[in-house]
Amino acid sequence: MNQNPTVESGAVSAPDAAPTVLEVSGLTISVRAEGVERALVNDLSFTLARGETIAIAGESGSGKSLTSLAIMGLLPPPALRVSAGSITLNGTDLTALPETKMRAIRGDRIAMIFQEPMTSLNPVLSIGLQLTEAIRAHEPVSKSEAATRALEALKAVRISEPERRMTQYPHELSGGMRQRVMIAMALALRPDVLIADEPTTALDVTVQREVLDLLRDLQREMGTAIILITHDMGVVAEMAERVIVMQQGRAVEQGAVNDIFATPRAQYTRDLLAAVPRMGDGSGADFSEPQTDTVARLRDVQVRFDIRGGILSRVTHRVHAVENVSFDIRAGETFSLVGESGCGKSTIAKALVGLVPHQGRIEVAGHTLGGLNGKDMKALRRDVQIVFQDPMAALDPRMRVGDLVAEPLVIHAIATPEQRRARVAELFERVGLTPDQLDRYPHEFSGGQRQRICIARALALQPKLIIADESVSALDVSVQARVLDLLEALKGEFGIAYLFISHDMAVVENISDRVAVMYMGQIVEMGTRAQIFGDPRHSYTKRLMAAVPVPDPTYSRPPVARLASEIPSPIYKLGASPARMALRNVGNGHLVADALVGG
Amino acid sequence: MLAYLARRLIQAALILLGVSFITFFLLYVLPADPVRQIAGRSATAQTVENIRHQLGLDQPFVVQYWRYLVGLVQGDMGRSYLQKTDVATLIMARLPATLLLMLGAIVAELVIGLTLGIIAAIRRGGALDQTLMITSFVAVSAPQFVVGLLLLYVFAVKLSWFPIGGYGSFSNLVLPALTLGIMGSGWYSRMMRSSMIDVLRSDYIRTARAKGLRRSRVLVLHAMPNAILPIIAMIGIDIGIFMSGIVVVESVFGWPGIGQLAWQAIQRVDIPIIMGVTLVSACAIVLGNLIADMITPFIDPRIKLR
Repeated sequence: MNQNPTVESGAVSAPDAAPTVLEVSGLTISVRAEGVERALVNDLSFTLARGETIAIAGESGSGKSLTSLAIMGLLPPPALRVSAGSITLNGTDLTALPETKMRAIRGDRIAMIFQEPMTSLNPVLSIGLQLTEAIRAHEPVSKSEAATRALEALKAVRISEPERRMTQYPHELSGGMRQRVMIAMALALRPDVLIADEPTTALDVTVQREVLDLLRDLQREMGTAIILITHDMGVVAEMAERVIVMQQGRAVEQGAVNDIFATPRAQYTRDLLAAVPRMGDGSGADFSEPQTDTVARLRDVQVRFDIRGGILSRVTHRVHAVENVSFDIRAGETFSLVGESGCGKSTIAKALVGLVPHQGRIEVAGHTLGGLNGKDMKALRRDVQIVFQDPMAALDPRMRVGDLVAEPLVIHAIATPEQRRARVAELFERVGLTPDQLDRYPHEFSGGQRQRICIARALALQPKLIIADESVSALDVSVQARVLDLLEALKGEFGIAYLFISHDMAVVENISDRVAVMYMGQIVEMGTRAQIFGDPRHSYTKRLMAAVPVPDPTYSRPPVARLASEIPSPIYKLGASPARMALRNVGNGHLVADALVGG
Repeated sequence: MLAYLARRLIQAALILLGVSFITFFLLYVLPADPVRQIAGRSATAQTVENIRHQLGLDQPFVVQYWRYLVGLVQGDMGRSYLQKTDVATLIMARLPATLLLMLGAIVAELVIGLTLGIIAAIRRGGALDQTLMITSFVAVSAPQFVVGLLLLYVFAVKLSWFPIGGYGSFSNLVLPALTLGIMGSGWYSRMMRSSMIDVLRSDYIRTARAKGLRRSRVLVLHAMPNAILPIIAMIGIDIGIFMSGIVVVESVFGWPGIGQLAWQAIQRVDIPIIMGVTLVSACAIVLGNLIADMITPFIDPRIKLR
């Protein structure tokens, strides 16, 4: 809040002098299940002043989202209810208000934006309608007046072509634009309090940067108090003045952001801060000795998807998902692909295991992909395994986890049933689970444990290459840190190479030997960890790194030019192709694309 | 849009060709002999052969089918063996009654099914929900002739609210349409309930509530169009299900539609009529599905027909 003090008259004064708008005291939220009431949030108290940002930080199950729903009066009855304490907005206790009165406050005095911009807008209603109805629900204005106000709100969130957006539907907008629409909707009536529940978690890092900047600017203009719910300590450090750290329904620590980051008192806060992956400058020796054995070799790989149209369903356009990508993965190294959604990184993973057809040459573990018969393809699949992002979706809920891990052995007809069981038990111990858990079902495990099961399954065939496609992205930071440690340890032990696919620059810096940065289906920069993070050359790489929130409240961000443009579409007319970016060696194998990209 | 329509119509023609072939083949291999039906039991072997020759039934299957197809393309669906009338004329005389009955049944099943489904979803887990779901189960399981007779007994015989049979006015339509639609209303109430429950849990409903909208607006404007989407596709399929229902319902209520025509024709192995009714039914099913698919984009802007 201390940068660029472009405060308009009558907006925010110093936070200490500002009046309190919201006071939460002794808030307890209980769930009733099978006749027993259990507290999910316990005795939570805090105050919020006008123009202030307070962050509620915590991992999943900490009760941070329940708290926000309680303030909105949106706890799903009858199972969940506020069983003690009060929520006071400008002198009114919200917990005592009847639904009709609460409805008048909801969206008007307290507004909320949610994590998932893709699903938070109604798919069958136009943006304009969804905006104007929010205004007309609280103010007696005509339709055209509401439309004017809605348009103003869209302009305030700096969305491109605001007039056109009014008539569009949510599916025609990108995730970042949808979140802007959500913010416009929430702030159109200038609420006293804005609750932002993980507002940028689902967004790409450069889009996150823009949305965070936007929230801060609008807050400064309107004097809105913000409750920021987040798991990301970087976002906390950047946005909030005060922070409440929650664990299992209790506030373990509360105070000014600077103090908590500098001298965390509670053990949990210390652990949490220690687990946060941090971006450095790529210093430190590269982890492993460069080896000459190559596990995978890609040469001019292209993946295109056809879009058909017309009476005869002929191909009219193509999605150029991957364009002329070449790289090697050496035995025992971690090779990372980073980039934002739609850059083609997951498509490369699919092409590597033959799940999507490709052009160009892919060699994996001595086999050339394409034209392989069933037997060779099966052998290839033995050498390459994938660990996916969502472990719950990757495990069949009706199979015992022991059977799930043994399944690859069954498919490849390896060993007798007894030997398999012994092997699975071994794997379980290796990934930090116990063999007595073999007969349980996936839902009985936590997210981190499930991902360990997926890793054990990938290890079962002793592959040469494991593709980790956003494998730690859905995990809480403390769990994430432990799973990353496990992956690192397994690499040394089994001599596996990883293709690590991630959007998280900090994680990539911490785990990789070599890194390739992708944009629009092409590699724009590739080199060792030290080269990429210590000496980024390409403008897109620099932009990506600059956008990452830094978990340090004293860090002052160098001014970066704001990007007005959205990432362009990778869909081209038949025959047309994107310009091919040539990679130039700038020393010691550090490759950088010549062409500038983006705006 | 036009390209889509053109492609669907070509598909429809192929489907009808397939249906005509399969039906024709099944009727050909059927052990029942239509000529015996026409000639009567006392006819001599010579008479039977003459009739068989006249009707072309002594020709090989391929020739018979080809002749039928050629006629069909020229709009000639053949002549009824027994009624000595053009099949097209017979069907056209009775088709409006059947279409009216089906329309009535669709309206009935949608109104009843969707309303009860929405109520059950809102009152989820309560006594009303459970009662409605048991009722819908009964509606789905009850045979149509039982439902028809029951409705006749209660509303026509006992209460005299509606006529027992007949054709021509709205009050004639109510009971047959209800009977035909009651099974569908049971299905729809169950589907609408689960669809609505899913939608009410979705993020955009939470957003709508967070805006401070009235509950009624959230339900009608935000939830219903989304919940109805998966159901629209079913309406097209329903017409196929109705086709088997109308034979029963038209008999119970004396409704002068093609169901009765088909029933009589099947009993007497009147092949041209059976073929005609089958093809008209297939047309109706294909058309019903097409219409259902064409309606969807108007509700869901994400769907583009191409």
